[in-house]
Amino acid sequence: MSTYFTKDHEWLKVEGDVVTVGITEFAQRQLGDVVFVELPENGKNVDQDDEVAVVESVKAASEVYAPLDGEIVEGNELLVDEPAKVNEDPEGTAWFFKMKLGNAAQLEALMSEADYKAFVETL
Amino acid sequence: MAEAADLLKTPLFDLHVELGAKMVPFAGYDMPVQFPLGVMKEHLFTRESAGLFDVSHMGQAWLTGPDHATTAAALEALVPSNMKELKPGKQRYTVLLNDKGCIIDDLMVSRPLAGKDDGRLMLVVNAACKDNDYKIIAAALPENVKLEIVEDRALIAIQGPKAAEVMALHAPEAADMGFMEVRSLEFNGISVIASRSGYTGEDGYEISIPAGAAEAVAKALLADERVEPIGLGARDSLRLEAGLCLYGHDIDENTTPVEGNITFCMQKRRKEAGDFPGGERVLKQLAEGTESLRVGLLLEGRAPAREGAEIRVPGTEEIIGRVTSGGYGPTLGAPVAMGYVPSGLSETGTKLELVVRGRALPARVAGMPFVAQRYYRKPK
Repeated sequence: MSTYFTKDHEWLKVEGDVVTVGITEFAQRQLGDVVFVELPENGKNVDQDDEVAVVESVKAASEVYAPLDGEIVEGNELLVDEPAKVNEDPEGTAWFFKMKLGNAAQLEALMSEADYKAFVETL
Repeated sequence: MAEAADLLKTPLFDLHVELGAKMVPFAGYDMPVQFPLGVMKEHLFTRESAGLFDVSHMGQAWLTGPDHATTAAALEALVPSNMKELKPGKQRYTVLLNDKGCIIDDLMVSRPLAGKDDGRLMLVVNAACKDNDYKIIAAALPENVKLEIVEDRALIAIQGPKAAEVMALHAPEAADMGFMEVRSLEFNGISVIASRSGYTGEDGYEISIPAGAAEAVAKALLADERVEPIGLGARDSLRLEAGLCLYGHDIDENTTPVEGNITFCMQKRRKEAGDFPGGERVLKQLAEGTESLRVGLLLEGRAPAREGAEIRVPGTEEIIGRVTSGGYGPTLGAPVAMGYVPSGLSETGTKLELVVRGRALPARVAGMPFVAQRYYRKPK
């Protein structure tokens, strides 16, 4: 299993051709208390950087982007009932969606955990 | 966005930074949007205990004339509320109107208790509006009434069910004040002007303090474990749940007090006489109704509808109005909004749809406040 990160503060865990996507600890701290999550529809084909999910804090709504091309295969229903999980466990049980990898070559342009940590330091 | 260096700082800026606030530009000031507690907990803490707010960005000014009748008459020329009848030691909410009867700003007016202050009225206006307000007020005043802009005082608010007991430890006289009363008080020996009012729907005080003493007052209140510092984020969600208007969003220069559903600020004498800017139009609206009206809106689901969201009648595509304020109400545990709808659809319970990201979400017109107000009423 490999883990990647994006500049939009999302993490990806790749297992075979299934990618699990969530937002990072840094992102949840920036957002503040999450009160609502809108998940993408299963079976939807998306392109990299498409807005596919929404996370709302008390303050504002923010988009969650598709980090890669592919097909959405599952949304995390836990977040619909318990949006605050995003604050508690963003890089674990509070994943947003799973997608089928459409173009593995896109992974190469993403950041490793070390690169992402260095990127966050610059913000 | 303005550079941080261009932003004005309130007398409590250093304290905010020391307390770990996240600072953002607001109305030309560098203001705390949240403290380490975060918006949700700050909101809930204020409703359960007490929150301390820095509202020093708001404009404080005095209207000064030879006697109360003269000063009140000068202000009445600009607003639709009774000012002549405002009793010593009382505060009143009102609006500055333009010639169309539309709202230039909303403001609080206080008449001091002390005899030596006869002829003086204290105004508190919105930060983003203050320069324009002052220009309009100054231009309209008669020769013998002056506008004195106060630049050397901070304004803080302590709000919540425990605000009064904490305040009483430092300023015992504050306990005797009723809702919308104002007094000059000694707070730990510092001369302050306190009103028992606020912008959260809770009991509490707004306290005008000489700038140099503001930090001492704020620190004395914050030293109490019943008090936490609260940022603008929770201030907004608190006032939204309380059904209170945010100027520039829920009311503005295109809405009258009738359309804005704030006719409680107009007393009988003024409503009969219509002797204020745009009076003829406002009187006509009072008699015949308006095309649109500000209402509260509750959504069925969990998705908040924010400012700008379109309002539709279920099953139709026509946009009949827009949300002017909306978000999540932490105390209610549900999204809340307010917006303008045609008067014929303003009845409580009317089913509507709010369009969020292209999706029509079921909603209904709801009475406000969304969370019961808990102002302090003095026992008779």
